[in-house]
Amino acid sequence: MDGEDDAPKSLMEEMYANGIEGVDDAPSSSTSTTIRKNRPIISGEQLDIEAYAALYSGRTKIMRLIFLADHCDNSGMQLEALRMAYDELKKGENTQLFREVVQKIDGRLGPNYSTDATWCAMVDRKADQRKDKLESELNAYRTNLIKESIRMGYNDFGDFYYAHGALGDAFKSYVRTRDYCTTSKHIIQMCLSAILVSIEMGQFAHVTSYVSKAEQTPEALDPPIIAKLRCAAGLAHLEAKKYKLAARKFLEVGPELGNSYSEVIAPQDISYSSNAFTLQNKVIDNINFRNFLELVPEVRELINDFYSSHYASCLEYLGNLKSNLMLDIHIHDHVETLYDQIRSKALIQYTHPFVSVDMRMMADAFKTSVAGLEKELESLITDNQIQARIDSHNKILYARHADQRNATFQRVLQTGNEFDWDVRAMLLRANLLKHEYNLRASRKI
Amino acid sequence: MNSVEGLVNQIQGLSTTASDVLSLQNLLKQADDSLHAESTRLLPFLDQLDPSKHSLGYLYFLEACTAGPVTKEQAGSYVLMIARFITSCIAEQIRLAPDKFITVCKRFKDQVLLLEEPLRGVAPMLTAIRKLQPSSEHLTALHPEFLLLCLLSRCYKAGLSILEEDVFEVDQPRDLFLFCYYGLVASQTGNDKHWKKVVPESIGASTQCMLLLYTSVVVTAPMSTVNAIAVEAFKKYILVSLIHHGQSPTNLPKYASSVAQRNLKNLCQPYIELANSYSNGKIADIETYVEANKDKFESDNNLGLVKQAVSSMYKRNIQRLTQTYLTLSLQDIANRVQLNSPKEAEMHVLQMIKDGEIYATINQKDGMVRFLEDPEQYKTCEMIEHIDSSIQRLMTLSKKLNGVDELMSCDPLYLLKAGRERQRFDFDDFDNVPQRFNI
Repeated sequence: MDGEDDAPKSLMEEMYANGIEGVDDAPSSSTSTTIRKNRPIISGEQLDIEAYAALYSGRTKIMRLIFLADHCDNSGMQLEALRMAYDELKKGENTQLFREVVQKIDGRLGPNYSTDATWCAMVDRKADQRKDKLESELNAYRTNLIKESIRMGYNDFGDFYYAHGALGDAFKSYVRTRDYCTTSKHIIQMCLSAILVSIEMGQFAHVTSYVSKAEQTPEALDPPIIAKLRCAAGLAHLEAKKYKLAARKFLEVGPELGNSYSEVIAPQDISYSSNAFTLQNKVIDNINFRNFLELVPEVRELINDFYSSHYASCLEYLGNLKSNLMLDIHIHDHVETLYDQIRSKALIQYTHPFVSVDMRMMADAFKTSVAGLEKELESLITDNQIQARIDSHNKILYARHADQRNATFQRVLQTGNEFDWDVRAMLLRANLLKHEYNLRASRKI
Repeated sequence: MNSVEGLVNQIQGLSTTASDVLSLQNLLKQADDSLHAESTRLLPFLDQLDPSKHSLGYLYFLEACTAGPVTKEQAGSYVLMIARFITSCIAEQIRLAPDKFITVCKRFKDQVLLLEEPLRGVAPMLTAIRKLQPSSEHLTALHPEFLLLCLLSRCYKAGLSILEEDVFEVDQPRDLFLFCYYGLVASQTGNDKHWKKVVPESIGASTQCMLLLYTSVVVTAPMSTVNAIAVEAFKKYILVSLIHHGQSPTNLPKYASSVAQRNLKNLCQPYIELANSYSNGKIADIETYVEANKDKFESDNNLGLVKQAVSSMYKRNIQRLTQTYLTLSLQDIANRVQLNSPKEAEMHVLQMIKDGEIYATINQKDGMVRFLEDPEQYKTCEMIEHIDSSIQRLMTLSKKLNGVDELMSCDPLYLLKAGRERQRFDFDDFDNVPQRFNI
């Protein structure tokens, strides 16, 4: 594809399944299952949209391309993304999205890419026909009361709606199949489809509930399915801003990821935010996870740096990755928070083993000015995450451990005072109440 | 005339033993009306009675004497008489007729005010209180009068000493309210002008505590309608808790009466807004707000407290700095606390060091302040004594609480109410608590 200009982004770090060849043997037969390809990512200076898009397929591809187009400043890349979205959409049946994309293109790509009204109309007509057919089939099944066929009928309906972008209806149809599920395989299938649609709709509460439902089925699940479920759960947690839980879930995903969702984000992104040292240890030690890391060397470098306390380079990498991360649908909103947390984690880790730290050296290590560093440290100290005091005159940070004994005495005296206060107030009040009551009683009597 | 003379004789005769005194009391009660009828002519008879022996009778006579309107000249002599009576009377006898005593003392106060010499009334009133109280934990109707006299005569110290006593029993809620109110005014005016000279600073904090206690009691007391005292008390409550705790509860606790909860907030709007802007932490905002509403605060006589609240905000900010920094330049302090210049910062820090609120040393050469740890090591004998006495005090307090609880559970009215609302599970559950108590 034509090179994109001056894209300041480096490479993408979306992480995908490691090299497990083979197509899924998952029972899900719906057309919306997204297939993942295994392809090593070439690190380059510019964001290669085609390569990026080739890693996804299905509806998510389109959504991601649209997101890219919305968020990227570079108009060349924008147009590229939109063009690919257009092509993709033509292959499918989603006329609503098609119209949206066309609007966005706004005639910039030439006459070939304008609203293809005839195509739209044709697609719509086909859609209506199919819908009628499905409905009649479903009614027939319902009168026959054959469970299996009813279920399949609803399923087909769900698929149909999904292909056309009517996500709410798709969700409803999938949920209706629940009543007709006989084996746990069916249940799993239903759950997976429901999860997929809910992710698309952004309703992550449903995702969590269906994930737990799927996990509760009595039959043993195939590893790919487990992995898919975990990914979905991780995504849900991410949305809910429970980064730690999300991190754990993603870690458990493991290498069995086979064909899993391509909506998944690099679990590494989540590991950045994890607040527990132990969790990070698990990240490196987890051999399975290593396979992921192999595919994204930059991220591996980053984690290594974090551990060996080369904070400057670590933060540099982070800065590079940031722009890429902003383009990803799911993590977009959380980038800022995650980055802040990583930074404060780095600061805390740095100061942890020392009794006193020269702030100038620390500022160099973190590539900020002393004043800025002082402010950051101050906020961390006030939040009680670092136990230290700043000597502003000499610019040194001294570790300080609270004197437990004194603190206890102080607390004791204070509690005594509060008790005194409360009890006296209580006694006075009780007295007043008694008088009041007596007054009322005497008035009644 | 004869009846009065006869009465005098009986008083003289029956004032020795306790049983006699009781019978005397009955006689006096019956003769009360006739005494009042002859009030103008009773004065010479008073000379025949000795207040230190015939206190009860003297009291009745005195009360009847002073019942009518009093002129200034008469007031002078009355004041002398009553003062002498109060100092020399027998406590047990007058406790038999507390209402009369209270009336006499109140009239005493009126006369003293009439003569515009409130100072003369302070000491006798204090003695009167001591004699009237069954114990020092009782609040009598004379307490507020006493405080009023102290206020008017500017004897804040005497007033303060009575404020510091623990009060647990109250005869009339209205007394408590008035008492608290005068106490507030006393400590506040004292704070503004005379406090710094007369009283060491350490009392400031404990007075504040006490005020907080009293105002909170007034505010949460049972009320059927909102009275003016409660409103004033609430205003001061907000201000004092801002000064003391750095935050003010804008919602009354749940046990406050519903009337209070609904209405007090509406009536004290500017104070609530002040509390809100305090919690936002921007000093500039607060100061502009105070300037804007100066008249309102002044009309409530709360301007002093408001100013104290604002300055406490600076203090709190500086105290927060001691938690994070070991040394800090004066310029930095000024910046962080939103003061105007390092000079001002230095003044504030100096004042706080003097008040003992922070521990620091100022290095003027470098313009640096070095924050030190609290040097209290809790190892000295005085500290141990202090802790010990606190423990003792709290133990007595909790025993008292238990005692009150027991007393309450034996109270017939309470049992009546509780008995009626008891759950009955089973027929056999009916035990001997009857439905109604016939007392």
